[in-house]
Amino acid sequence: MNTVSDTVHYVFLAAAACFVLGLHLMNHPRTARRGNTLSGAAMSVAVAATVWLVADEGAISRTGWLVLVSGGLLGAALGLWAARAVRMTAMPQLVSLFNAVGGGAAALIAVNDLLQADAPATIGARVSLPAGLDIVIGAVTFSGSLIAAGKLQGVVPGAPVVFPGARLLNVLLPASFVAGTAWLVLMPESRTALYGLTAVALLFGVTMVLPIGGADMPVVIALLNAFTGSAVAMAGFVLDETALIIAGMLVSSSGGILTKLMADAMNRSVANIVVGGFGTGDSAPTAAGSGAPAQVRSVSADDVAIQLAYASKVVLVPGYGLAAAQAQHELGDLAKLLTDHGIDVSYAVHPVAGRMPGHMNVLLAEANVPYTQLKEMDDINPEFPQADVALVIGANDVTNPIARRPGNAISGMPILDVDKAKSVVVIKRSMGHGYAGVDNELYTDPRTGMFFTDAKQGLAELKAAVAEFVT
Amino acid sequence: MNDLDLLTAITVFVLSVLVGIEVISKVPATLHTPLMSGSNAVHGIVVVGAMLIAAESHTWVGYTPAFVAMVFGAMNVVGGYVVTDRMLRMFKAKPPAHEKTEA
Repeated sequence: MNTVSDTVHYVFLAAAACFVLGLHLMNHPRTARRGNTLSGAAMSVAVAATVWLVADEGAISRTGWLVLVSGGLLGAALGLWAARAVRMTAMPQLVSLFNAVGGGAAALIAVNDLLQADAPATIGARVSLPAGLDIVIGAVTFSGSLIAAGKLQGVVPGAPVVFPGARLLNVLLPASFVAGTAWLVLMPESRTALYGLTAVALLFGVTMVLPIGGADMPVVIALLNAFTGSAVAMAGFVLDETALIIAGMLVSSSGGILTKLMADAMNRSVANIVVGGFGTGDSAPTAAGSGAPAQVRSVSADDVAIQLAYASKVVLVPGYGLAAAQAQHELGDLAKLLTDHGIDVSYAVHPVAGRMPGHMNVLLAEANVPYTQLKEMDDINPEFPQADVALVIGANDVTNPIARRPGNAISGMPILDVDKAKSVVVIKRSMGHGYAGVDNELYTDPRTGMFFTDAKQGLAELKAAVAEFVT
Repeated sequence: MNDLDLLTAITVFVLSVLVGIEVISKVPATLHTPLMSGSNAVHGIVVVGAMLIAAESHTWVGYTPAFVAMVFGAMNVVGGYVVTDRMLRMFKAKPPAHEKTEA
């Protein structure tokens, strides 16, 4: 320990404190941006301090500097480009990609540490155990996140990919992690153990995520986020750096909490999603539905426009269908027109709307919807009875009142109380089923009007029709 | 490298989890996507680890994983913070005066 090393570690501690404060500031949209800036500034200082530490220790070779600087610049350029170019609808893929590279980097740190050891046979369990865990978690996250990103991007089929023996494989592979890690702890100098463990973990990432359907992605991304955090924390154990342990575990708890929230909102257990291989792809289920024997009231744009124009309170209920149709700007425009006309407008956002936790809010914010109008499920549900019109766009299962009754596929799932509004309008292409494959009783409610059209086109028509009434 | 005894490391580990749970559970659902990408950026601290292993490497066996880890880590940390900022910039209390001011 010398003074430079001491100073740098105090800087790391201060940076870790700033990460916590930064996350704390995320508790309100007003302060969130400041929080992210604080966290980013702390990260920059930590990186600069590391450069100082590395230079001061003097152990780094000329090639080492080249590796450090060129790798850093290349990665930074790629990250900057991706962050600038990404569309908001593609955010889940990007977050998944960042999970992949974070997990990959953490795994490589452990691999490097074992490969570089002067006397590998003498490495104790204090290093080899976290190194083994780091490799397993990091490699699983790396390949799993790439598959998840591929599914979200449409490169890999979104529907569950199930092959014979997949379930057996998903039991055998984790068992081999235990064996492989134990081998690595007992014989840290064994290259076979090191490479074997890495390969098995990479394979498991693929076989774990492939059978999971596109609609379950919010849970998967949150889970992989938790994994990345743990992998980084394990890298911290390997390198004796508390900053990595703190930052990694902060992320891991965040990912863990979001995983639980998402799974609860989907009425599924995390285990069920991961081993289930159940769920559908991104494409909406067939239009045929069940033939819809019950009578459905079909309405036109003008009918809906009159309802909206004479309402005093309107609740908009956007679902993934809205994002899939890229119609969030049309919805934002319609809402602005209604707000300007003095109508109280709010958005009811279900936790699983979108392809990652909170995704719908970002899409609406991009469409210039003020965050004061974005209401969480628990806040908006008591307001539905006062709403003159609830306008549902591209949301299905999360509005289905049968969830309150036992004995069906979505029993117990938390839903938006859309059926309690004074009148309901649903914009939907057909009577097709949602993800759970059950009939939605909301559609056959006498107070519900069905406006059968494409979300983007329908909202544009509505806006034009409403404009005639209010101007 | 500095000596960090196991008990201290595990203490830090456990307390970080508890702090994380405490802080994160107060974040509203509206901000869950920026939270996730922001915390994603925080695990970009892995780039510090990548720098440390780059400094310890002396053969291509070490340089190769160190280089890839540097690229991955830097991409994670830079991209994570930039994209989170881009998202949070869009969250406004009042609708902007001009339509579509965001590029």
